[in-house]
Amino acid sequence: MVKVEFLGPIQKEALELEIDNLNEVAAILQKDDAMKEWLDNCAVAVNDTLVTSLECALKDGDKISLLPPVCGG
Amino acid sequence: MLSLYNGALDVPKILKDWYEAEAKSNYGAYIPFVGTVRSEDGIDGLSFDIYEPILESWFKDWQKKAKEKGAVIKMAHSRGDVMLHESSYIAAVFSPKRRVALEFIDEFVEDFKASAPIWKYDLKNGQRIYAKERSTAIKGSGILA
Repeated sequence: MVKVEFLGPIQKEALELEIDNLNEVAAILQKDDAMKEWLDNCAVAVNDTLVTSLECALKDGDKISLLPPVCGG
Repeated sequence: MLSLYNGALDVPKILKDWYEAEAKSNYGAYIPFVGTVRSEDGIDGLSFDIYEPILESWFKDWQKKAKEKGAVIKMAHSRGDVMLHESSYIAAVFSPKRRVALEFIDEFVEDFKASAPIWKYDLKNGQRIYAKERSTAIKGSGILA
């Protein structure tokens, strides 16, 4: 099971998914109307490390985080 | 050093503590940047969410860069609500020479704005509204679209 969590202003409960790679996450979230406004500008982290490609194998217990645009300070 | 606080920062205390911690370290320059909440667009204050695991790794990378230049970087930030004229952010560089510190604080704060996993909300009429227009997508965003 892989956990997908939505950070900051994205008002969405975390998901627990049976998936093997980030392409599957993309396919699931692209079907979610509530996520449409976020996917274009969200960064993605796997186990708290930012990734820049979907070519990332996932294993049981991994955590995926979606990070929307930031503004600290 | 990365310090996170609930609510507004105690600016005089933090600047004094940092100064005293490095007073005998033989740094020639101490350059702090303090971010204060201004009155604009009718806001009552700002509010912040932080994702700490990635903030910590981002900050560690900057500590390494500072060390390579013989400098030290320190940062404090607020979680939750910070009202008008209070401060939510302090960054400071200590370095042997002024030029390194001035350049480093500029680069650090720019990257902080673009990359640090912190989300800002306007507090207005009892609501907490995401500051979407003032936010920046982290480099590499959009791969799931």
